[in-house]
Amino acid sequence: MPTVSSIIEVKNLTKMFKKFTAVDDISFDVKKGEIFGLLGPNGAGKSTTLRMLSTLARPTKGTATIGGFDIVKDDNEVRKLIGIVSEKMIMYNRLTAKENLWFFGSLFNIPKEVLTKRIDELLELVQLTQWKKAQVGTFSTGMRQRMNVVRALLNTPRVLFLDEPTLGLDPQSSVEIREFIRKLNRENGTTVIITTHMMVDADLLCDRIAIVDHGKIVALDTSANLKKIISGADTTIIKLVIPNLSPILIEKLQALKCADAVTQENSTELKVLVHGNEAFDNVIDAIRENGGKISSMENLQPTLEDVFLHITGHQVRDSADQKIPLEHGPRFGATQRRIR
Amino acid sequence: MIKMGAKTLFSHTMRIAWKDLTELFRNRFGLVLLIVMPLFMMVMVGFIYPSNGTVSNLQVGLVNEDSGFNNIYFSQNFTAGLQTLNTQTHLLVITNVSSVADIKDMVQKGNLEGGIIIPSNFSQSLLTGQQGTLIIVSDESNPQISATINAALKGVFDAMGTAIAQQNVAPLNATNTLAVVQPFKVQTQGVVSGNPSYFDFIAPGIMAMTVMMSVMTGLPVAISQEKEVGTMDGMMVAPINRLSIILGKTLGQTARGLLQGVIILLLAVGLFSVAIHGSILLVFAMLLLGVFSFVGLGIVITSFTKDQETAQMLMMTLMFPMMFLSGVFFPIQQMPWYMQDISKALPLTYASDALRKVMVLGAGIPAISTDLIVLIVFGAVMIAIAVPVFRRMMTR
Repeated sequence: MPTVSSIIEVKNLTKMFKKFTAVDDISFDVKKGEIFGLLGPNGAGKSTTLRMLSTLARPTKGTATIGGFDIVKDDNEVRKLIGIVSEKMIMYNRLTAKENLWFFGSLFNIPKEVLTKRIDELLELVQLTQWKKAQVGTFSTGMRQRMNVVRALLNTPRVLFLDEPTLGLDPQSSVEIREFIRKLNRENGTTVIITTHMMVDADLLCDRIAIVDHGKIVALDTSANLKKIISGADTTIIKLVIPNLSPILIEKLQALKCADAVTQENSTELKVLVHGNEAFDNVIDAIRENGGKISSMENLQPTLEDVFLHITGHQVRDSADQKIPLEHGPRFGATQRRIR
Repeated sequence: MIKMGAKTLFSHTMRIAWKDLTELFRNRFGLVLLIVMPLFMMVMVGFIYPSNGTVSNLQVGLVNEDSGFNNIYFSQNFTAGLQTLNTQTHLLVITNVSSVADIKDMVQKGNLEGGIIIPSNFSQSLLTGQQGTLIIVSDESNPQISATINAALKGVFDAMGTAIAQQNVAPLNATNTLAVVQPFKVQTQGVVSGNPSYFDFIAPGIMAMTVMMSVMTGLPVAISQEKEVGTMDGMMVAPINRLSIILGKTLGQTARGLLQGVIILLLAVGLFSVAIHGSILLVFAMLLLGVFSFVGLGIVITSFTKDQETAQMLMMTLMFPMMFLSGVFFPIQQMPWYMQDISKALPLTYASDALRKVMVLGAGIPAISTDLIVLIVFGAVMIAIAVPVFRRMMTR
């Protein structure tokens, strides 16, 4: 049920490239003033979803509205409401910071005086005022990313789309960008849609997170609720340190009925997601039977990474040791259902 | 409402064109190439095809085998005459060579570009009432130069022959001995005054080509580049008419092409003393019409090229046949009929033809009306095809 407070409504959105389905029949709402995350591995369809919502790509099927405007029929109205920070830097290296902002701002029909003031404000906001007359080709990556973000804010958008905003940034710059997004959201009430494959970004920033895999939303809730999928269910995460870890041992563990997923963290460390009352015993028995030695065993608090692993059976940052789940994970509104 | 739309379309178009040109002018190296490219083209094609007037100091070997007749060596008069004539024209550099075999040898070594042989019976023939034979040795490996030498030497021999004939007919007491020897006199007169060179022929063609190529190939390259870098998205998320993107780009490319056209014109007039006989305004109007006729084609190509590499390759593929088939460098009349037919289907043919008529012959609008009509119709048809194709590409 669409509510008054949702600013984005997505219904059965689908995008196909020839025979490949990049986005597969997804539906969700985003509330006004929310920071909404699309979390998933590369190629999951996050960016394509974002491109459709920001009118850059046409949906093959389904619809979406932003602020009540249809993304296909009223595309120009939608464009007035949104700003997009793309993974690629949208700026011209041979133009100065000010010229770049002036160029993109003038495409929005902002009156001259307003635009001039706005550009000065934005440059001040990201501490680029002293560089405003320098060509952006001479900027550092961090400066360029800040430019890339303020460019999207020229038209004071009500909805800001960010596609992997911290990709390729050093931790310091990533923190700055996250702070900036949060400030923007808090002070201006800007709705933010962010795609990322960084768990940290999603966890620290987003009010709600949609986990996307193979073009589908497999879970959607707050970070805390998503983690409850694991702690609420009888799923446990065990960290094991096995000095004589072998591939055969991993295979044996994966074959266990009680194990949902087994991932190798490093040469001696394993992370095992298990369920059931006898899970601990089963895992320990399996290791012993195969000659493994356990030097340490720990019960971990669930992270978003574990949630992703639990639902999809593979890791976000690609999957070294995958266990394909016997049943498919739930699609939408995952919290209500228990997943094995 | 429509008026408002047109106004913003115009303003966005201008913004995008301004942005493109700012980028162009900030790229120093690119600017240098912008001047160097047409300069190279002019210099190369201009000097490879020398007109007769510019040829001088051809290395020629002279073999005098004349054995004389009654101790009269007529060849001496001949060589003296040849030298006198040559001091005026500096056409030849004459080296005395001892034998025919030496000429062959020296031509092979590249020391000579041709030779003159005076046979042993030269004086005998002349003094016994027969024709004196002169042999011109030509270098077959260089048809262009040997044709020039042939023509030049024939001219020299004709002049000398005429002088001898005039002496011979002197006893007839004619009022004009030349009229007796040569009853006909040929005069060549151009449509306009002056002495046009090959540069006059190619300069208009190169101008037309450069300007038109700028929209046909520059447009796909410029747009595919923005798509690849990602900046295209920045324009696409703005609430602007999609047409203003292509119009702005076209305007930017046209300005760039016209700038190059002006550079070529200045080089042609300044360095290669090409004279412009027609109206300079009409020259620019023709260039703009050339651009117009190519805009549609450029947009269609843009719609089908996905990345910059394809655009570049397409540019090369299209540019070469266009260059050679449109009569820019070689007259169309030299081509076999089927190539002439292809040539007639290319708009560049008409643009360069019209531009040449205006610049070299001082033609006005009525004289080039056929060219104008062809270009306008071609441009209009291509734009009619291009607009829907472009809209489809943009909403992909």
